[in-house]
Amino acid sequence: MRSVPSPTTVRRRCSALFAVLFLASCGSDSAGPTDSSAPRATDAVTAGDTVASTGTTLTLLAYDSFVAPAALAEFTASTGIAVTVATGGDTGTLVNKAILTAGNPEGDVLWGLDSTLLSRALRSDVFEPYLSAASPLTPEVLATVPGGEVTPVNTGDVCLNVDLGWFTDKGLAVPTTLDDLTDPAYEDLLVVENPATSSPGLAFLLASVAEFGTDGFVPFWESLRANGALAVDSWDAAYFSEFTAGGGGGSRPIVVSYASSPPFGVVDGVATTASVDASCYRVVEFAGVLAGTDHPAEARQLVDFMVSEAFQAELPDSNYVYPVRVGTELPELFAEFGAPSTRPLTVPPDEIDANREAWIEQWTDAFIG
Amino acid sequence: MDRAVDRRLHRLSGSSAGARGAATSLPRPAVAALAAVPIVTLGLGFGWPVATIIARGVSWSAIGDVLGDRHILGVIWFTTWQAALSTLLTLAAGLAPAWVLARYRFPGRVLLRSLVTVPFVLPTVVVGTAFLAVLPDRWHRTIPAIILAHVWMNLAVVVRTVGSRLGQIDPQLIDAATMLGASRWRAWWSVTVPLIRGALLAAASIVFLFCFTSFGIIRLIGGPAHPTLEVEIWRRTTQLLDLRTASILSLAQLVIVGILIVAVGRWQRRPGSGILRSSLADRRPIGGERWMGGTVAGALCLTLALPIGALVVRTFRVTATSWGMGAWRAVLGNETIAPVADPRGSLIVSVRTAVVATVVAVVIGAAAAAAITSARRFGALLDTGVMLPLGTSAVTVGFGMLITFDSPPFDLRGSWVMIPIGHALVAVPIVARVILPALRSIPGGLREAATMLGASPLRTWWEVDRPVLAKAATVGAGFAAAVSLGEFGATSFLTRTGSETAPVTISRYLSRPTPLNLAAASALASLLMVLTLVAIVLVDRRRAAADGWL
Repeated sequence: MRSVPSPTTVRRRCSALFAVLFLASCGSDSAGPTDSSAPRATDAVTAGDTVASTGTTLTLLAYDSFVAPAALAEFTASTGIAVTVATGGDTGTLVNKAILTAGNPEGDVLWGLDSTLLSRALRSDVFEPYLSAASPLTPEVLATVPGGEVTPVNTGDVCLNVDLGWFTDKGLAVPTTLDDLTDPAYEDLLVVENPATSSPGLAFLLASVAEFGTDGFVPFWESLRANGALAVDSWDAAYFSEFTAGGGGGSRPIVVSYASSPPFGVVDGVATTASVDASCYRVVEFAGVLAGTDHPAEARQLVDFMVSEAFQAELPDSNYVYPVRVGTELPELFAEFGAPSTRPLTVPPDEIDANREAWIEQWTDAFIG
Repeated sequence: MDRAVDRRLHRLSGSSAGARGAATSLPRPAVAALAAVPIVTLGLGFGWPVATIIARGVSWSAIGDVLGDRHILGVIWFTTWQAALSTLLTLAAGLAPAWVLARYRFPGRVLLRSLVTVPFVLPTVVVGTAFLAVLPDRWHRTIPAIILAHVWMNLAVVVRTVGSRLGQIDPQLIDAATMLGASRWRAWWSVTVPLIRGALLAAASIVFLFCFTSFGIIRLIGGPAHPTLEVEIWRRTTQLLDLRTASILSLAQLVIVGILIVAVGRWQRRPGSGILRSSLADRRPIGGERWMGGTVAGALCLTLALPIGALVVRTFRVTATSWGMGAWRAVLGNETIAPVADPRGSLIVSVRTAVVATVVAVVIGAAAAAAITSARRFGALLDTGVMLPLGTSAVTVGFGMLITFDSPPFDLRGSWVMIPIGHALVAVPIVARVILPALRSIPGGLREAATMLGASPLRTWWEVDRPVLAKAATVGAGFAAAVSLGEFGATSFLTRTGSETAPVTISRYLSRPTPLNLAAASALASLLMVLTLVAIVLVDRRRAAADGWL
């Protein structure tokens, strides 16, 4: 895929240029960068501007639960650029702080902006547009950032998780579709997160919109409510206090969590939980160069490194998300117990942007009000 | 007969007009210098950022829109009444243990008095899940559960604040009341209550503000159906970026808290002095007291032990189906359980942060309390200003700091000093609130006597006020350290690099969905609990050593 410029590569190259140089159109695939300080989209894995950068320290802003893969040390070793990770809040907090400090950022690179919030950040010119060409990406992933302002770095699937032991004990079949949840057989078994206050909650709401349409999702939630589903405010509260397999003595065997959660529950090679393949909503996460950084070239080098093989391969273990780099193999544990959904649900970014608040309000009226 | 008893009791409790006007002897420049400490520090660290973030979103039209929204009015109303009810119940539940712990000597008293601080200090996410574990399922996400959790977590404020005053009441005073013909109940209402009024109001204010700005408990135990103003401000700011609404809600918070503090302050400034002595007032319980004291202490013990026990049990729950020591090995042996690599280091960071935060909070809080009691009209204003940080949304403060301290010479974003400063902001009002009633309780006559004996005004203050202040400051320091050790809310919005405090580390453990992570979080929380107990016991011992200064 990399030997010949593929349509994907061309599109990516053009969109990056489009974003940066404000070109009205993008007709030729031979168009190269004309401005040496502009981001270059090359096919080399170690792309980014090669400048003398020894001694620079970059600040990488990320959400609270981010863990820097060990491979980051290789980046520092090979480029001489040190990286400090700075955290402080969940994804929403991270993005809103970046918007409030747009132009005078707290760091140089931001990790973890996701496809449900991307449009808000782009409206506020938080990023110096840069779409790294250091990694081959699928068209689906590329489509989430048509303007090329940021670089996709990982995907995550928000899915129903079930406590396998509980279902075996009760002799009940595990639900396989979203619609199953409205079946009286599953009364009082589900715990979800409030989409107004939790990102998996929002993703699951979007899953219902994708599955049942803008007219159908409200009745779905009304039936869930009638069937005794419980909504709590955060993922911690759902997983650790209400889910039967969370260790906190909960009483509900179905929870909204991630496709990558089950590997954490594997005991002696046997899974205790599983995700429901048809219930997953796919979120794409991005890394971006923050506008106003003092080290734009080094920041771009870091983004390039984030889509490198070494860094991508480590992501499932370090951050329980999936690599975006085409051809990256999943660790065995994830391949067996925590593979991404084979048919993920998605909602186009512009639709999310236009309706996010309205859908949350409709959800609140249907489920809480 | 009845009225005569009343009059005499009144005189005993010292709340007659004669005791009024008990202001300190400090000269004006000294008062001004003291007042400058909280004004400058809180002005820079709190007033400025909060004003900046509110100014970013506020507008006249927004005020109309927000206050015309039924949902938001409902949130404001719920926030206020649940806080008021929680406060009343906390007072009611805390008085008996406060009395027993202050007046009777019995084995395990010091430990029990320290144990009561544990729910107050542990991170909500841990203590909340432990609390949920012992609560019946059908109580989850209900208003009674929220209020019960509030009472349980804030019991320490009443027991310690009121208890420290109860311990100082001369028992002869109550004996005298009984001899004058008052029933025990009468003696309590007419002698004891006026004497502890200041401390009661101080405790009530602190508890109210904690419940009014409740966040973790509401999100964990209350769920989506019962948001408080704090949760709504958090949601509008961090999830929706709706600064327009958030700024109005922050203003509403400030106004409600301001009104409350002014009202309570008026009440509190009536000097409630009396003949106080050191904690020699405690003794072994005799006769029926033993039965009463035992019941109260036992009930308290059980209330504290159940959720704490659930927490400790949980540290051994390493998989969904088995028990083991894995979590303890990780935490004590500093092994990595993703995503936490250095649990022990986080405890050290917590202690270091708590030391800095406590020193800062005690200096500012003590200066504020001394200035408030010395400056009359202006003192009332200062009193209100000092309390505001406790009643203001942590998100508002955090985001305010973000957009205020963003350029040299004040580019403090990401700096380590922000964390202890954030903790100190929450602790200053508590320190001031704990010291104030003690200073106000100094009988004016004492100062007059010193002056008549030829002491200069400064000398008088040094000899009369300072020892009382120092002793009360020790109680305040205990609270400040406790607040800092357990603080998660206010500073979790600040951007941090590198070293993290234990509560932050605990919440990081909980970002991975395994029973082992929950066990490790609980184990680290248990260590934090032990650390807090040690800190509080140390403070209590210091306090005991300082007794008898009066």
